[in-house]
Amino acid sequence: MTILEEPTTGAPQKEIGKARRRKEDARLITGRTTWTDNMVLPGMLHLAVVRSPVAHAKITGVDLAAAQQAPGVIAVFSGRDFAEEQGSIPCAWPVTPDMVNPGHPSIAVDEVNHVGEAVAVIVARSKTAAQDAVELVDIDYDLLPVVLDMEQAVGQDAPLCHDHVDSNESFNFVFDAGDMGTGGDTDQAFADAEVVVSRRFVQQRLIPAFMEPRSVVVQPQGDNYTMWASTQIPHILRVMLAMITGVPEHKLRVIAPDVGGGFGGKLQVTPEEVITLLVARRLGKPVKWTETRSESLMSAHHGRDQIQYIDIAADRQGNVKGLRCRILSDMGAYLRLVSPGIPILGAFMYVGIYKFPAYRFECRGIFTNKTPTDAYRGAGRPEATFAVERIMDELAVELGMDPLELRRKNWIKAEEFPFTTAAGLEYDSGDYDGATRQALELIGYDELRAEQQRRRESGDPVQLGIGFSTFTEMCGLAPSRVLGSLSYGAGGWENAAIRMLPTGKIEVVTGSTPHGQGHETAWSQLVADSLGVPFEDIEVLHGDTAISTRGMDTYGSRSLVVGGAAVMKAADKVIAKARKVASHLLEASEDDLDFSAGKFSVRGTPGAGVTIQEIALATFAAHNLPDGVEPSIDAEATFDPVNFSFPHGTHICAMDVDTETGLVKIRKYACVDDVGVVVNPLIVEGQVHGGLAQGIAQALYEEAVYDADGNLTTGTFVDYLVPSAADLPHFDTGNTVHPAPGNPIGAKGVGEAGCIASTPAVVNAALDAVRHLGVSDIRMPLTPERVWRAIQHGGDGGVRATAGTTAYGGAQTETTAGVPTDASSLGGDR
Amino acid sequence: MTQISVRVDGASYSDDVEPRTLLVHYLREQLGKVGTVVGCDTSNCGACTVHLDGEAVKSCTVFAVQADGSEVTTIEGIASNGTLHPMQKAFHEMHGLQCGFCTPGMIMASIDLVKDNPNPSEDEVREGIEGNLCRCTGYQNIIRAVQQAAAEMGGGTASATEALGAQS
Repeated sequence: MTILEEPTTGAPQKEIGKARRRKEDARLITGRTTWTDNMVLPGMLHLAVVRSPVAHAKITGVDLAAAQQAPGVIAVFSGRDFAEEQGSIPCAWPVTPDMVNPGHPSIAVDEVNHVGEAVAVIVARSKTAAQDAVELVDIDYDLLPVVLDMEQAVGQDAPLCHDHVDSNESFNFVFDAGDMGTGGDTDQAFADAEVVVSRRFVQQRLIPAFMEPRSVVVQPQGDNYTMWASTQIPHILRVMLAMITGVPEHKLRVIAPDVGGGFGGKLQVTPEEVITLLVARRLGKPVKWTETRSESLMSAHHGRDQIQYIDIAADRQGNVKGLRCRILSDMGAYLRLVSPGIPILGAFMYVGIYKFPAYRFECRGIFTNKTPTDAYRGAGRPEATFAVERIMDELAVELGMDPLELRRKNWIKAEEFPFTTAAGLEYDSGDYDGATRQALELIGYDELRAEQQRRRESGDPVQLGIGFSTFTEMCGLAPSRVLGSLSYGAGGWENAAIRMLPTGKIEVVTGSTPHGQGHETAWSQLVADSLGVPFEDIEVLHGDTAISTRGMDTYGSRSLVVGGAAVMKAADKVIAKARKVASHLLEASEDDLDFSAGKFSVRGTPGAGVTIQEIALATFAAHNLPDGVEPSIDAEATFDPVNFSFPHGTHICAMDVDTETGLVKIRKYACVDDVGVVVNPLIVEGQVHGGLAQGIAQALYEEAVYDADGNLTTGTFVDYLVPSAADLPHFDTGNTVHPAPGNPIGAKGVGEAGCIASTPAVVNAALDAVRHLGVSDIRMPLTPERVWRAIQHGGDGGVRATAGTTAYGGAQTETTAGVPTDASSLGGDR
Repeated sequence: MTQISVRVDGASYSDDVEPRTLLVHYLREQLGKVGTVVGCDTSNCGACTVHLDGEAVKSCTVFAVQADGSEVTTIEGIASNGTLHPMQKAFHEMHGLQCGFCTPGMIMASIDLVKDNPNPSEDEVREGIEGNLCRCTGYQNIIRAVQQAAAEMGGGTASATEALGAQS
């Protein structure tokens, strides 16, 4: 151990704020990846899942004999074979004390409740052998009435989705600001209001559509099991699998290797993960299951699917007086991990950035014979943001006010932070006016308005519209106490550890499991600054419960805000431990030591110093440590936020609408987001872009459609329109920075911002283009057909075209033929 | 079973394959070329794009037997002597990937695009890669990457360089 005397140099450039190119890329751009489906183990068997072709039926007969005799098939199991050990897929969020959970077997035993539900599993020596045997399984179904439409499902004499429960309602959650003491009496506010505007909005069903299909491999080793899974949540998955299957938690290791996207879609404990573990345990062999895209679209959980009845009260001057939201939220056939909690996350965001004095929210969770819904990027908050940003535009029209002026009149002013809303949340920081002014400049607002006027006057068949979304969201999920108060089954903390290796290199272990977000790069930047060590000397480890032993994983824009904060706390602990060693080595009091740029030096004694990396080696050798000090400067920390963080921003969309064909095309899109302190601007910009693409896709392209029998008619990428590069515009992005006070980084979270904010901006823009033609709503997605019908016939354009028409982005298939366009009760404007 | 002989990333292979085996499954399961991935089952996503005799193909639309006698290049074969292909480098520098699952196919399709159009405009890149789906990036940085790589590969404009400057 040598204490080097180094010449004093200028302070190294800060890593935080630098557009570091990502460490992750090296393997991803060369094909040296570790996707779960790449995994091959000696003697590994392959699974294929047999899925229900009907939406609702009793299983009256199961004949596996032909499949069992097929070439290469090792075993075939039905639900009956695992009935005693498969338990139920867990639901961790009972949002009300009397919430009804009908139970969710991984393989259906007596009854199927949606098309695509697993009914049997083939185990074979090759994937093709397993798939070939699928159609040899013979199952008899006794068909039951199908429940698909939420409004019908809650009506009198509706057939039941689950005949062992009393109704199709799982829960009725109410938040009333008057009762909670966070606002006035909502009914009184509406009774007294000069203006009330009411609308019914439909949040269509979406599919997360991560690019990597789900995959899981389980290897039994004695009484231990290792699972590799394409999951966002290896830590939660491990706990839940242990609880469901009885495999003791300490005998189960879960690894999420490279994971190809999630967007909430892999925030799940899936039937297939349970089945793969059960089969591996039963046979004592390694097994793999990888889904096809068609399986993924029909059986991985869906998102959104709400009907929102929104009432807003105001005076004639445009001061909002109250907001009332009644929501029907489609759970699908079963409750999965956080299905009921998704609309409840939105409950606190419907008031948006506005100072509503009164607020009431009611949400009924409804069962239908469709694929279960659960988290999808934004998870409840896009729905809330859409509702408030759309209804503000409708109120502006009613009052004859400029939509931005109405917003400005009601939003929280920069000097009013922290501000507690009627929903009871304390917003941390921001400046809505500043972000808006910057966004207006970015898009060239005045010129666009002038052009809109010119084109309106000239009767241009292609009209221009401009739409706003001035949004906020709650991020950094989540303060454990708040989750507890909402009856969520776990905490919201995150864990990190820093290991100081003898050669001065550093391992950072995070409990937040990435799948494209760039944790390895951003966490390295955090630690490089905290410990004053080179970015290249840091390796970030994650996604393996044997390495990263404690974690809550990645969702809800939480990774940097909560997981990064844990890394910062761990770094502080490392420095504190190293300080004791440095004090000993430098023969100086701890109080006299400065720590800067990775080096301890003695105040007033130029030249004397020791770097933290040198201390790591000295600690490893442990020859010369102070008495009573353990030979380790490694540290672990857990961060539990006290409050959420609240990113905000102003998004503006300029849209061309061809009034003759209904074709909509985004002309310009600009947004200015405040996500707090930016650790890596490259990653932040990328997250905003990706979020915008998904939010715009909800507005314009994507919809999971079921026919009258409960068949998913958008079951491939031919029919489910994930946008391509040609379908999306160029984005102009900017940001303002108001640090989050609730974490040591000052970051607010960015993963969901673009997705939450963009959808209403796009729809508001389309409406702004055609409102003078008498159009006041258009159902998402805004297909040319719907836009055309709304212009020609009024209403919201109706349900998606099926029989007798050609749906944009959709194919006519046998399963959609014969369904009349106006059959659904969802049709029509209120 | 049918015997085929192919060169993949510069190495020669002779193998028996089932007539129904798709090229992508041959690459992944028989050769262990798992850098090329499967993202869908309808040839929409393009994640499995490779070069077959120099042309980009979705390897899920080609039977392995159709590749008999051909030269196949995958994402694993485009770097030479440890030096990244300009397209790989550009995807890294422009942050043209997040989860990276679409990236092998996106890079292989983009190389082919630039071969046909050495100096593509933003709209030409958008149209040119519309057969490849990405769920993470919103495509904007992929377009920047393709334009930067095009410049480095010999065509080129200053626009990609400006984009890089604007980002840093």
